[in-house]
Parts: sequence; C-alpha cells; structure tokens
Amino acid sequence: MINQSLKQLSQMLANKEVSSVEMTQTFLDRILKYNPDINAYITQDKDKSLAQAKAADDSIAAGTATPLTGIPIAQKDIFCAKGWRTTCGSKMLETFIAPYDANVITQFNNAGSVNLGKTNMDEFAMGSSNETSYFGGVNNPWDLERVPGGSSGGSAVAVAARLCAAATGTDTGGSIRQPAALCGFTGLKPTYGLVSRYGMIAFASSLDQAGPMAKSAEDCAMMMNVMAGFDERDSTSLNHPKEDYTSRLNQPLAGLKVGLPKEYFAEGLDAGVAKVIDEAIAEYKKLGAEFVDISLPNASLSIPVYYVLAPAEASTNLSRYDGVRYGHRAAEYDDLMGMYMKSRAEGFGDEVKRRILIGTYVLSAGYYDAYYLKAQQIRRLIAQDFTEAYKKCDIIMGPTVPSTAFKIGEKTDDPVAMYLQDIYTIAANLAGLPGISIPAGFSNGLPVGLQIIGNYFDEARMLNAGHAYQQVTDWHTAMPKGIA
Amino acid sequence: MEWEVVIGLETHAQLKTKTKIFSGASTAYGSEPNTQACEVSTALPGVLPVLNKEAVECAIKFGLAIDADVPKLSVFSRKNYFYPDLPKGYQISQFELPVVGKGEVTIQVPATKKQPAYEKVIGITRAHLEEDAGKSVHGAVEGMSGIDLNRAGTPLLEIVTEPDMRSSAEAVAYAKKLHALVRWIDICDGNMQEGSFRCDVNVSVRPKGTTELGTRREIKNLNSFKFMQQAIAYETQWQIETLEDGGKIEQATVLFNPSTGETRAMRSKEEANDYRYFPDPDLLPLEVTEADKARVKAGMPELPLAMKARFGSEYALSSYDSSSLTSSREVADYFESVIHAGGDAKLAANWVMGGITAKLNVEDKSIVDSPIDAGTLAKLVKRISDGTISNNAGKQVFEAMWSGGSDIDAIIEGKGLKQVSDSGAIEAMVDEVLAANQSMVEEYKAGKQKAFNALVGQTMKASKGKANPAQVNQILKKKLDT
Repeated sequence: MINQSLKQLSQMLANKEVSSVEMTQTFLDRILKYNPDINAYITQDKDKSLAQAKAADDSIAAGTATPLTGIPIAQKDIFCAKGWRTTCGSKMLETFIAPYDANVITQFNNAGSVNLGKTNMDEFAMGSSNETSYFGGVNNPWDLERVPGGSSGGSAVAVAARLCAAATGTDTGGSIRQPAALCGFTGLKPTYGLVSRYGMIAFASSLDQAGPMAKSAEDCAMMMNVMAGFDERDSTSLNHPKEDYTSRLNQPLAGLKVGLPKEYFAEGLDAGVAKVIDEAIAEYKKLGAEFVDISLPNASLSIPVYYVLAPAEASTNLSRYDGVRYGHRAAEYDDLMGMYMKSRAEGFGDEVKRRILIGTYVLSAGYYDAYYLKAQQIRRLIAQDFTEAYKKCDIIMGPTVPSTAFKIGEKTDDPVAMYLQDIYTIAANLAGLPGISIPAGFSNGLPVGLQIIGNYFDEARMLNAGHAYQQVTDWHTAMPKGIA
Repeated sequence: MEWEVVIGLETHAQLKTKTKIFSGASTAYGSEPNTQACEVSTALPGVLPVLNKEAVECAIKFGLAIDADVPKLSVFSRKNYFYPDLPKGYQISQFELPVVGKGEVTIQVPATKKQPAYEKVIGITRAHLEEDAGKSVHGAVEGMSGIDLNRAGTPLLEIVTEPDMRSSAEAVAYAKKLHALVRWIDICDGNMQEGSFRCDVNVSVRPKGTTELGTRREIKNLNSFKFMQQAIAYETQWQIETLEDGGKIEQATVLFNPSTGETRAMRSKEEANDYRYFPDPDLLPLEVTEADKARVKAGMPELPLAMKARFGSEYALSSYDSSSLTSSREVADYFESVIHAGGDAKLAANWVMGGITAKLNVEDKSIVDSPIDAGTLAKLVKRISDGTISNNAGKQVFEAMWSGGSDIDAIIEGKGLKQVSDSGAIEAMVDEVLAANQSMVEEYKAGKQKAFNALVGQTMKASKGKANPAQVNQILKKKLDT
C-alpha cells in the first residue's frame, strides 16, 4: 500500500479495500518504526490523526468524499494547524500551539485528508540541509549519513521513506525542489501567489511559496487541486481561475519546445549529475520534445540577489518573535531591552541570526540603495531573462541541484558553499515562476533531480511533462533500501 | 533681537472605519483589553495583512477635500522598531509614496487686539495611511506591565504640513480647520479625548527676517487646542530664551505637561532609531484609479472649498465671510438653513458670524447646541429686512430669544421695538421737523449734505427711534428735492 499512488489509494478507500483509519495506522506504524532513523517528524498527534481518519471514513461511507479524503498527509511544520504545536523548526516556537489553521491546512481539512504530523525543517526554513533545525538533523534514507536537503527536509524523507502518502513543503529558494532532487521524488513549487501564504510562517514573503512533495507528477497534480486557489486573506494571492491539474497529464509531448539554459550546464555542475540530465533529455527527445539552446544571462546573480532580499525580508518578518506575546522568553532579564535580547539570543539558532544580521544591515540607512535597491533591480532583470526565454520555448529544463546529497556536517562551516546548493532553483523564486524537480536517475547510488521551470501558471504543462516522463521511466518508483 | 517662530504639524486622524486597517477586528473604543485583538492584531506566526478598502476611501476623500494630488500608485512600507505595544516589531505605514500628495488648507486666524482677522494658506506636504499601535498598561497587575492590543491596527491618516505657520494662533487655527474638515467629510470622529485626533507640533525659532530654519523640537501628542496653544507658547519662549542665553537647541522630542504648562524633552535625536523602511512584501502597491476617485467624489458631501466659492457667488459674501461660514459643516448647515427659511443672506451671515458665534464662544458651545435654531434666526432676520424692527432693536430681540424667548413677535411687541413704517405718520413727523428746522433746510439746499443727515437724526429723534430709517431718508429726500 505504501507505494501506491494517491489515485490508487483514493480508489482503495472508495472501494472499501482499506479504511482511512487502517491506512493512517499503517503510516503511523511506519513512522514509529523508521522515524528514529531519519527524524522526519517533529510533532505527531495520533489521536487527532485517527479522529480525522475516522471522520474521513464516515464521509466515504456517506458518499461525500473527494479524491484526497482519508489520505494521510505530512504537513511541514511551517503551517499553523489549530491545536497542533507549530514550531517552524525553532526553539523560539518550541511550545507554540497554533490557535488557527493556515489556508493550506484548511484546504486539506476541507478535502477530508488526514494530518499525519508536522515535519522537520530548517529553522524558519533557512537552510539547504535541514541541519539548522532546533529539533535535530534529518537523515537521507538513501544514505543515512547524508543530508536530505532543505529546508523541507522532514517532508522530503517522509515521502522518500514512505512515512506518508504525500507531503507539503514550502520553497523560498529551492526548499521543495532541492530536497526532492536529493531524496528522489517529485516536488513542485507553484507560481508565486497560486497557493495562499496565510498561516504559513513567513521567511521571505516575496519568495515563499507552498507546494506538494509526492511520489509522482500525478500525485503532485492531485495535491495541487487541493492546495491552489485564491485566498482573500493573502493580498499576494492571485485570483487565477481554479484548474484541474490532472486534466492535461496524458497529453502527448510532441512539439513541446524545451529550452536548455547554457548557464545551467556550465562549470560547477557535477559530471555524474550532468550525465543523468543528458539521459533524461534523450528520453524527452524520444517523447517528441524539441530542444533549443537558451541563455539566462543574469542567472549567475541569483544567489547574491537572493541573499540580500531574503534576509532583508526575514529580518523584519522575524521581529515579531520578541518574547512578549508568545514564543520563547528568557527566564531572567533586567529590563525590556534585556528581555528582547536574551529571548532572541536564546530562541534563534546561528543561521537565523546570521540572516537577521545580514537583513538588518542591507536595510540600514546608508546601505539600502547599494544592497536592497540594487538587488531589486537585478531581480527584475532575472525575471526579464525568463520572459525573453519563453519567446523561444515552452518550458526550461536543467538540473535541480549541481550535485547529489552531501554528507551531514560537510558544509555547515561554509555558508557560501551551502548557499550554492540553490544556484539552479533560486532564479524561479526571484521571478515568481513555477518549478518542479523530477527524479531522473542516480549518480553513485544517490538520486538526481531534473528541474523543469515553466512560465507563469503553466503548472499543468509542467506536470504533463513530468507525468509523460514517469510513464516511460521508473526512477520515481525507486525506494531506498532498508526502509521497506 | 526679534524672533520668528516656525511651526509645522503632523496630525494623526483615526479613520472612522468599522474594522482595522489590515484585519477584520473591530475598532470600537473602550472595550475590555484584548477583546478586539484577533490573530492579525496579535501578530501570530503566519498571519498576513489585507488592506481595508474603507480606509483607502477615507484617504481619497481627504485628498479630494484639500485639492491634493492622489497618485495612481502608493506603497505600504514597514517601519521597523521594537516596542511591546507593536506586535509585529514593525508598523505598516507609507514612506516614499504616500496615498495623498501635496495639497493646501486655508485657515482663518481670528482677530486679536493687535491685528484684525486674516486668512492664510497652509501647505499640506502629504498624508499617508498607517496602523496604530496597541497600548502598554502599567499596574493592572501588581509589578507587571500589560499590553492591550485592541487599538493595534486601527487605521490612521497622518497629515503633514509644510512649516508654514508663524504663531500659536495660526497653528491652532490650522488644527481647528483640519479638525472641522475631517469631520466634515466624515472620515474621523474628531474625539480628541479618546485620541482620535492627535497633533504633533514641530517648533523652531529664527531671527526675524532670516530664511534658514532653526533646529526644531517636536511636541508630541497634543490632545486639545488649548494645550496646543499653551505648549507652543511655552516652547517658543523656552527656545528664544535658550538662544538668547547663548545656548543651542538640540533636535528632540518633547512632551507637554498640562499641569505645569511646560514642555520637557523625552528623547534626543542621538537616540533616534534607524527604522529601515522598505516596501512591505505582504501588500501590493495601492492603486487608485480615476474611476475610484470619481466614485468616492460622488459619495461625498459638498466640500468646504466648493461651498465657499458657492457662498461667494450665490450670496455675494466676501472671501473671509464665506470661509468663516464654511469653517465647519455644522456652521455651514446652520447658515444655509437660515437662508432656506427665508432669511436674507448678508444679514444671516452677519448674525451667524457675529451674535451667534460670540455667544457660543462665551458659553463654550457648538452651533448645534445654540438655543436659537436656524428657523428662529431666520424669523429675526426677516423682521429686520422687512423693516419691522431696526438692526439695533434686533440685538435686543436676539438677547431675549437667547435667554429662552420663543415668540419673536411677542418679544417685539412687549419691548415696543416695532418700527414706524406707516408713511403717513412718518410724513407728518418729517413735515414737523422741516418746519422747525428751516435753517437746516436752507443749508441743505445750499449743498451741505451734513444738513440732510442732521434732519434724518431729528426725525428719528422725533419718532423715539422707531421710524424706519430707510423710509425717513426717502421721504425727506422727496420733500426737500421737490
């Protein structure tokens, strides 16, 4: 059962081959067994999960079920869920019980899905290896000594190790796609504004976007049908008509124009990864796709631009964690300033502090123009590169990450090396474009992800491209050994 | 040396919206602490602001009312600082691109012993939307400070002037005019006690005749016109004395203490924050189209400026009179009601600006509380314009009505104030006067205009003041010139 697609699981529930309670229990048992090895979940509440499963069974019996009714989903611990501890991977929120539901949670609740628990993540989504989590690192099931990627590391290994049917993630600079690549599954970051950010704890507001992390493009499409939609509580939510993301999955790819950005195949790309990507491209040619060379001349500026803008937004987004109303407050302090300083010094980890410092610096009087304003200008140039590119092609293809999963601790002392993990993913966030990572093979036994970047609102086309590929390959069904 | 004071104001007008500027929480005043503190007001993790359209409409109304530029795009920015009553650790405000640009407000400065009343145009630099903070509550729990977030997120329009005012009287006249205006267009209830209308006053002094601005100090949170006048007077004097004693003014924020009448620095510029303003990524730029403006305009009452112009053309009133009568919606409405009830415009204007205003000032009342309503004043005006009573007699009638008299004709009758307008009676009196004053008649015929006035006076005297002066004039002239 654990390897079945969402469509199959949904049919099994509809046919009463299995109840949601049984299905949920199966995953809960697997979590009990394997979570100690990989640390995917921060918080579980079996009673709540099973109560939702029971309600789902009632709904299925009553004939009011929707496709994801009764399906056990892992929720990244960045989404507020009423009555659930919601930590965002931080000591700051170690004891915070959310009193309201994020829009994403509401959508899954309305669909009748089961919340299996809250998954581990880099603290406040700041990291590419899940090593900044206050609740401990996460181990890649393909090699427990390696990182799963980040920041959605817990959701990633929960999907890869089949500790859930599917999971949610968020992607600010690659936090869905990079772990999807490193753990060998399918992860989609939608067009900015397609999924409401309401109740999703903010890291960098203009870049954050929630999306599905699942075993296949088809599963992601079914998840998108639940997650996407206009929400008036998020001013940046786009009033885009509701789509059925599964409707175009089976269209033929003949004539699809695929752009290959030369910058994504240049120096820095691991040879083993490059080989896998070349093979994937060959597969797409067989499917009828046509390839054109394109250029994204400003792509190399993505990382510096991102590491100005994201920390700038984060530095003020995180100001609310002041120990006054909720969250960590130092046990002892002399005065108000002391309370602020000690509470924040104790509650935040090193990477969060680093980014708050950077962000505060770039917004300061005298530096604003040189850093923040300049970065915003370059951001527009990066977006223009894509606009130009889409005059020549329908989708853009390349590697998701320059290399495969690295060893735990390997890059923790070198933030810049860590930041380079996102070199191919960040541009899509800066431009607000959708991106998906699809398992394309292995290099030295570790998964490699193929990235597709689409034009705005072109998720259905990207999912079509992913699904077509997954009909002729079986990389997406591969499962790490030892987690059977 | 003679000094000149330079004053600019920043006014926070709390907008009369039902809900907060970025959430659906109520803005009602005086509720139990934190009962109007929703998840957005308390800045829980993950919450997002959504702009209240009603607040934007209020801002557009203000822009239209002061004939200001309301640009197509304005931007909300975050003003970052830590304070316990500021839940997000930043205030959402507008910085580089405010919703309302340059405009102007014309003020009327009342007469003093030293100078007559005058009008002056005060430049408005900008007006922007922002959210209010909550309140710290000390002592509710022994040894602890509490935070009440009911007010957090209440919409404010901050209205900033150019440093155009040169006296506390001008500053107070501006504040009063602005106070009347925001109530006129119904965007603010103007309740100063509850903090719905608060003024910060920037004061500096410089040697008269120089053009460079002196270093300013900002008097914070003045919540009455009286305090504003006192605070500016004290602050001005303090700055002048400091400079004359060879001291230097440091830029600072000061508080006014109403019980001592003094201002005192609370923080100096060196301690000022770097607010790290930047556009709030949670909010899109605010777009105001021409259609939006037209729609808002259609729902607005006649504006003071338009009404002032109309009073000038329709009632042939002077600019000062028209301004005075449109100084507040209530005064304007009262004045027009008098006219609609049949009162002569010029006379009505004089009575509203004269007798009524003087009485109201003495009794510290608003025109809506006037014991003489517009209909009654119209009757009085009519009795004067139709010659039933003289203007002077009208004053006596007015006094009687102010103290509670209601039947105007009974008052006139009772006081014997009725004018003699019977031309036969007046003619007889004139004949007697002419007969008794032949020498004056000769003088008049020799071309001395003075003699005519003396004959009018004699006739009025003969009538014991009751003869209609216009009729006396007319009859005298007829008899003398034929």
